[in-house]
Parts: sequence; C-alpha cells; structure tokens
Amino acid sequence: MAAFIQILVYGYGNPGREDDGLGIELVKRLEGWSKQSGLQGIAFDTNYQLNIEDAEAISEKDFVFFADASTEEIDNFILTQVTGEKEVTYTTHAASPGYIVKLCADLFGKYPKVFLMHIKGYQWEFKEGLSEKAENNLQKAFDFMKDYLINLHTGDTSQLKT
Amino acid sequence: MSQKITIEPVTRVEGHGKVTIHLDDQNNVSRTRLHIVEFRGFERFIQGRPYWEAPVLVQRLCGICPVSHHLAAAKALDVIVGAGTGEGLTPTGEKMRRLMHYGQMFQSHSLHFFHLASPDLLLGIDADPAIRNVIGVAIHHRDLAIQGVMMRKFGQEIIAATAGKKIHGTGGIPGGINKHLTIEERDHFLQGPDPMNIDKMIDWSIGALDFFKTYYKKNKEFIDSYASFPSNHLSLVRKDGALDLYHGVLRAVNADGKKILNDIDYQYYTDYIEEEVKSWSYMKFPYLKELGPENGWYRVGPLARLNTCDFIPTPLAQKEFEEFKSLTNGKPNNHCMHYHYARLIEIIHSAEEIKKLLNDPDLLQGPLVTKGTKVNEGVGLIEAPRGTLFHHYRINEHDQIIMANLIVSTTNNNEPMNRSVNYVAKSWMNGKTQITEPMMNAVEVAIRAYDPCLSCATHALGQMPLDISLYDKDNNLLDRKRT
Repeated sequence: MAAFIQILVYGYGNPGREDDGLGIELVKRLEGWSKQSGLQGIAFDTNYQLNIEDAEAISEKDFVFFADASTEEIDNFILTQVTGEKEVTYTTHAASPGYIVKLCADLFGKYPKVFLMHIKGYQWEFKEGLSEKAENNLQKAFDFMKDYLINLHTGDTSQLKT
Repeated sequence: MSQKITIEPVTRVEGHGKVTIHLDDQNNVSRTRLHIVEFRGFERFIQGRPYWEAPVLVQRLCGICPVSHHLAAAKALDVIVGAGTGEGLTPTGEKMRRLMHYGQMFQSHSLHFFHLASPDLLLGIDADPAIRNVIGVAIHHRDLAIQGVMMRKFGQEIIAATAGKKIHGTGGIPGGINKHLTIEERDHFLQGPDPMNIDKMIDWSIGALDFFKTYYKKNKEFIDSYASFPSNHLSLVRKDGALDLYHGVLRAVNADGKKILNDIDYQYYTDYIEEEVKSWSYMKFPYLKELGPENGWYRVGPLARLNTCDFIPTPLAQKEFEEFKSLTNGKPNNHCMHYHYARLIEIIHSAEEIKKLLNDPDLLQGPLVTKGTKVNEGVGLIEAPRGTLFHHYRINEHDQIIMANLIVSTTNNNEPMNRSVNYVAKSWMNGKTQITEPMMNAVEVAIRAYDPCLSCATHALGQMPLDISLYDKDNNLLDRKRT
C-alpha cells in the first residue's frame, strides 16, 4: 500500500475570546470534512497556543498547516510559508510558528514544510462564538483549505511553489 | 542628580510586567518597583454566571496554567455543592484530580527549568542574548533540551487524559470528576514506548536534578547569594506535615522556621490574610494580618513548600529533600536561586506521585461524584506550580456567582519579587546611568526564579508590556530598554 503524505493541521487560539477561536474552528470543520471524505494521512490538533512540544509533533510530518486568528490588515485570510526564526523570542505564553520550526530543526533535525493560515478576526472579548465577519472569513478559508488539502493529498504539490 | 531605570518586557516569564529603577545623586539605586500595569477584570467578568461554569470559565485566565485554575475552582465548588472541603470526594474523584494536577506540575516545572531557567545557568547571565535561550542550550546540551520537550509532552498528555481535552478541559466538576482513566490510557503512561513512559520520566527527573547539583557545586556562591534574603514562607501541607500539592491545611513559617500560621483550615483564610493595594500596580500585596504588611509578607512556590513541609511522602524526592534541608541545617532556605533546586525536587515528587496514582485501581472504576447539601460560599486552595492559589466564590439563590476573589500564586510572591528586583538592581546598577543587556537580564533572572505568571496575577484581559526604565531624581527618563 502506498504511503500517504503525512499532514498535520493545527489550530490554536482561545475560543473563549470570540474571534481568537478562528484557528481552532477551522480545524474542527476540516476534521469533520476529512472524516466524511475518507482522506487518510491527515492529523488534526488544537491548543490554546503553540508550545515547545509542538516541535516534536511537527517533526513527524511532511507538511504542517498552522491556523490562527489575525489582527493584521489582510483580506479574509492568507496562507504564508513559515521558516525558522533567526531571533528567538520565546515566552511560554507565545511561541511563534517560526520558533517551533527552528526548534524542530535544531532538536530533531527535521524540516517539514510549514505554512500558517492567518484568518482575519475582529472581536476579542470574553465570549464564545465568532463575529459575523469572522464567520464569513472562516468559510472562505475552509473552502480554500479543502481544495488545498485534496490537491496535496493526491500528490499535487505545485500549489506550494507559489 | 537622582535617576530612574525601567525594564520591559521581562522575557521568559509568563506574561509581562515593568520594572522601574530610580537613582540618587550619586547614581546609586534608591528605589525599585516591579509594576503590573494591566487591567484587572476577571473576578468581575464571572459574576452573574452559573456557579458550575466556573471551573471552565476561569481557565481562560491563562493558557499556560489553566489546570490549576480549573481545579482550584472545582475545589471551591465542592464546598458549595456540599461535597466537603477536600476530603469528601470519592476515591476516584480525588485521585483523578490529583493525577491531573501532578501532570500539570510535572509539565510546568519541566518547561520552566529546561526552557526558561537553564539558559541562564548553562550559558551565563551575561552571555550573548542571541544564544542565551533554549536554542543555545540545544547547541551545548541537545539531550537536555529534548528531554524538556518530551517531559512537557508527557505531562500534557496526562492532563488531556484526565481533563478530557487540552483546551477548556471539563474533567473537574463540582463534587468530583466526569471520567475514569481507561486501561489503555493507564498502560500508555505506564508502559509506553521509550521515552514516553513514567519510568523514563522519573529517570530524566533525577538526571535534571543531578545536572543542577553539579552546576551548584561549581557555582555555589552565585546560587547561594543571588537575591538571597530572609522571608516568611507559606503553603498548603498535608495534615501530618507532608508535602501535598493538591490539598491540606495552610501553614506559614518565618525565616527561622517558627510556625506563624499553624495549619489552619483555609475556608477561613480571610481571618488570616489580607491584600494591600498600592497605587502603582494592579497586582495586590498579600500579607499575614497578624504581622501586618511590613512583616507579614511571604514567599510561595517550590522553595516555600520545601520550607513549610516536614517531609515528602515519596522516597526519591524525600532523599533529595533531606540533602536540600541539610544545606541550611534544617532551617528555612531563603536563597532565591534555590527555587530552581526546589522545583527540580518537586518534578521528581510529581513523577513518583503520577506513577503511584497510575497503579491505583480507583482510577479505572468507582463513583465519580459526591453530592450533599448546597451552601452559598466556598473556598478552594491548591498548590499551583508557582505557589498557593486561592479561589473564593459566593452564589445567590439563583445559583449565580455574586462574588469571586482570586489570589494567585504570583500575587502572593509580589513583595518578594519586588525585593529581589531591588537586591539585584543595587548589585548591578549602582553607579550606572545606562542599561546594558546583561543588567536587564540580571534583573530578569531574579524575577524568573519565581516563575511568575503576571497575566494570571492581574487577571489580565490582554498582554502586558514590561520595560526597564532609568530615571533621575527629578524623574527624567535617562534610558529605557525593551527586551
């Protein structure tokens, strides 16, 4: 049996802070869709924030997609490639994807291709549930990632070159 | 002309804060302050919510120690639902919570030592900041850095298995727990493939302490003297005086070891402890009422716990405890940097407790919840990784929370952290008018020993910037650095 490309989709944030739960909600929806679609080789995980043990988790994968809410001025969502940070800016409240990538390389000698899905959020109060605009962005990101993962799963990595 | 220095942010601590240092006419340090400048709002946020939501809601205080808040709230609600004050739970309920808690202690302490504290010890306080981090540790001691990652992962897996999930865990509920451990989960932790099993975790815990003790022998003067000053110490202890991180009575000793709070029932903590408000910080200053704010402040956390307890009820940690106590001839240890030593002993103890619990059949079966007659008020205390954590709730006839008071570990350490900053500032900054990176880190090393969570301490609603600023006597800013 052919080995599948090993993919991790990992959302982080605080779902108790409104749109800060965007990354986690994206992963929940993708996981549900993946089960229905019968795709194999895709693992899903979520947490409040990234931390050091995630360096070990991504070391076992070929491709990693982090998903997080964004306060930046972007349109709906954006997917960017993550490379190891040169400057280490670690606190245990906030480990960046770049830090995790660097830690993975330095500790485990592994270099998975890592991407970060930024989804634009708007509201950050102590409430559960997404704002209407964030929900709209989430749906667009979800549709994009479905196509992306299907292509990747079938071995089409051409989209990663852009 | 007197001057003032400000340091922000303190890196490699939980959350952020701000340090200001004032110099006098001779450029000597005249006054220092560790400020917390974030809005304090969580206690009000949960008012009006149904009480049973508290264990899940309060976890949002912090993404790094949610388990401590989850369990402290659950313990307070045990009292409210009539399930007793710590001894009334079913064996399964109490032991599952203990397993969750010791998993949290194991992962948090491991994270702190390997990834936050060890860069200072291995590479030096004044090492190039570009390498004075875990990446630098990895270059010189890759095995240690990997062990830190895997120990943290092991503890996180224990939490997920007992709390139900990693985010907003639901395991602790008023009166008990909502799940058993499965046989598969138990066997995974007991017999998992190397290195992910409890025996390997115990081996690595001992190795970490041996590493520190070797370092200590070579750097005894630094470890014994850095920000070292006498203080009172406070923590929970088991009724027989044993170290107990989940439940017990409240004990405080003074710098000479005399009991100044004698094993009281923490339901009555307000009779013994008050919090002083200072205009320049959102973080309060707790103290023992009887001694007043000047003399009643105290340390909490690993160092305090090893000073208040009489013994550790697990053999490997007890052996290390005896050696640790011999350093100060059985008297309380007031050396700030010995927080690291004590924390490493607690890692061993936590691993031993996890193993003991995993072999206990009560985790796999038995009633989960105790019920009783509801009352309208309850207090829950727990020894969180950073020290004693107080949760106090009052509810109305509609089951809504109408009062919440949280005294978190870092708040309890507010005064000693301020004194540590003062001590280090005087050692490093007298006669200086500019801030250098080693000076900044020297201050941070002292703060970091307490493993503070400043976000928790202020019940913050966001991130807190912290800087180091230097001011003259006329309050003119001379220099300012952010890390």
